[in-house]
Amino acid sequence: MATVRTQSRPSTSPLYRAFGDRLFAGLVLLLCLLIIGIVLLIGWQLGWNGARAFEVFGIVGFLSSTAWNPVTDVYGAWPFILGTLITSLLALALAFFPALAVAIFATEYAPRWLGNVLSYALELLASLPSVIYGLWGLSVLVPALRGVQQSLFLWASDHAQWLLPVLGNPIGIGLSAAVMVLAVMVIPYTASLAKDSIALVPAVQREAAYGLGATKWEVIRMAVVPYARGGILAGVILGLTRALGETMAVVLVIGNNKNLPFTLFGPATTIPSAIVNEFGEAQGLQLSSLLALGFILFLISGVLNLLAAWIVKRMSVDGRL
Amino acid sequence: MEEKQSLISPPVPLAQLGEDQNLKPRMETRGLSVYYGKKMGVGSVTMPIYTNQVTALIGPSGCGKTTFLRALNRMHDLTPIARVEGEAILDGQNIYTPGVDPVEIRRKIGMVFQKPNPFPTLSIYDNVVAGLKLLGVGKKSVLDEAAERSLRQSALWDEVKDRLRAPGMSLSGGQQQRLCIARALAVQPEVLLMDEPTSALDPISTQAIEDLMTTLKKHVTIVIVTHNMQQAARVSDFTGYFLTGELVEFGPTNTLFTAPKDPRTEAYITGRFG
Ligand SMILES: Nc1ncnc2c1ncn2[C@@H]1O[C@H](COP(=O)(O)OP(=O)(O)O)[C@@H](O)[C@H]1O
Ligand SMILES: [Mg+2]
Repeated sequence: MATVRTQSRPSTSPLYRAFGDRLFAGLVLLLCLLIIGIVLLIGWQLGWNGARAFEVFGIVGFLSSTAWNPVTDVYGAWPFILGTLITSLLALALAFFPALAVAIFATEYAPRWLGNVLSYALELLASLPSVIYGLWGLSVLVPALRGVQQSLFLWASDHAQWLLPVLGNPIGIGLSAAVMVLAVMVIPYTASLAKDSIALVPAVQREAAYGLGATKWEVIRMAVVPYARGGILAGVILGLTRALGETMAVVLVIGNNKNLPFTLFGPATTIPSAIVNEFGEAQGLQLSSLLALGFILFLISGVLNLLAAWIVKRMSVDGRL
Repeated sequence: MEEKQSLISPPVPLAQLGEDQNLKPRMETRGLSVYYGKKMGVGSVTMPIYTNQVTALIGPSGCGKTTFLRALNRMHDLTPIARVEGEAILDGQNIYTPGVDPVEIRRKIGMVFQKPNPFPTLSIYDNVVAGLKLLGVGKKSVLDEAAERSLRQSALWDEVKDRLRAPGMSLSGGQQQRLCIARALAVQPEVLLMDEPTSALDPISTQAIEDLMTTLKKHVTIVIVTHNMQQAARVSDFTGYFLTGELVEFGPTNTLFTAPKDPRTEAYITGRFG
């Protein structure tokens, strides 16, 4: 019956439909190529314009040098790379367990309405402009942090002098403030993905654990989280990418200090904050060095993303998240 | 009709069976009903489950076999809309008495599901000992011993003994199901519930699982749901026939298949129905 009706439909001829198919396929291909082209173009532009910095200081020289002095026109990338990696990785470490806890609570423990409210709140938090996080960091977090840092500092000067050089100046603004703001920004991303992936764990997996006499928490530990680990990791990676490239929120609270060594409390810098701070007045070799920094960030993000995709693929069950 | 009956050995009278094997019920349900919201899944089932026997639950799709089976180890606790009435008695105690811990019950009454569901991130070995680890067993020698014992009982040992560290998912479907049986057996349950354990498997794997059940019942009381009457006839000692949420007839498998008391049972087993 149904076949008869489709066949007798007086509309498009097979020829036309085949053409439409090919047109659509071509269009999709074109768009894909365009996107890949844009990515390559950005990378090439950054690399090309930053090439002078690499030429003048040498690739290894530029990467490893800690000097950044517009007066003497000497530039090195190491403090920025270091700052970027430290803030991002620490933020991720700080965000991981809270994000997982939120995801588990929203899917496994919260009543449905509360789970929905939580999902909505996470989406809202993920979509807030980063400058808002920066302002929150500056006006709320930094003052609070300063108090904590000062008491820790006092305690350390009495009991653990050796800690002082690690801690640094307890002024609130600095590395730890940036890490915390970043962590707060990363949590919604990581939690959101983890939540979706936990919700996809098949009922038979949970029942397998319940059937063995597992308690609810044991079911989560032995059946749910392991099954969802691919998606959870994907959330972590997404968080990392966000943290690596984050600019405004970090600039506002990190204190922008490019002199090593960085300390836990004291000011530091990252690649995006350096670019934002200096791009306006930069010329010549300094401009080229900033673009080279951008190129390095581009590569770090690219490599980490690939690595992440590989890890996620290896870790996920059934080849899906 | 004749073909089906030829699969079955001649009937043994119930009295004789009882005498031979000294039957004692390991479990017993009394007026057990399960509701999904207002809808009834099974109604008022009263049935014994004899120790070290295989009890088969048969009946057409949707008649409540799974629903009844899951009521036997309080799996319905996980379904918010499900509600259980009546009693399910294990070793003289109603498992639905307030204060009874469902987690404890599920440790004594293991379960094997329709689709093999090993833990995908764990090795063969870790799948088998997962339940023991939950119980806090950490000693390697104890775990090793339990793993070997349960894998032997589930007739999987010879096939996996050289690759216990391989992922559980690397096994074939039939092997995965036997792995799940081993996983359930490792905690030495008193009763093993199996919900259509072979319905997703090929004939050879099905054969392997049917074969192991005959030896397994020496160690554990088995309840198996099956929509395959021949399978029930082959593996079970007792059979319960369900129809639209009701236990129509229960009795020794031989009797039920050769001399059913209820015309509805007869209609079903002779293939005039379902
Ligand atoms: N989770 C559930 N929610 C609502 N109704 C259910 C649920 N599970 C089973 N049922 C209903 O209960 C009846 C018995 O189902 P089930 O026990 O799965 O049958 P069987 O295993 O014999 O095929 C069916 O009518 C089915 O639709
Ligand atoms: Mg069923």
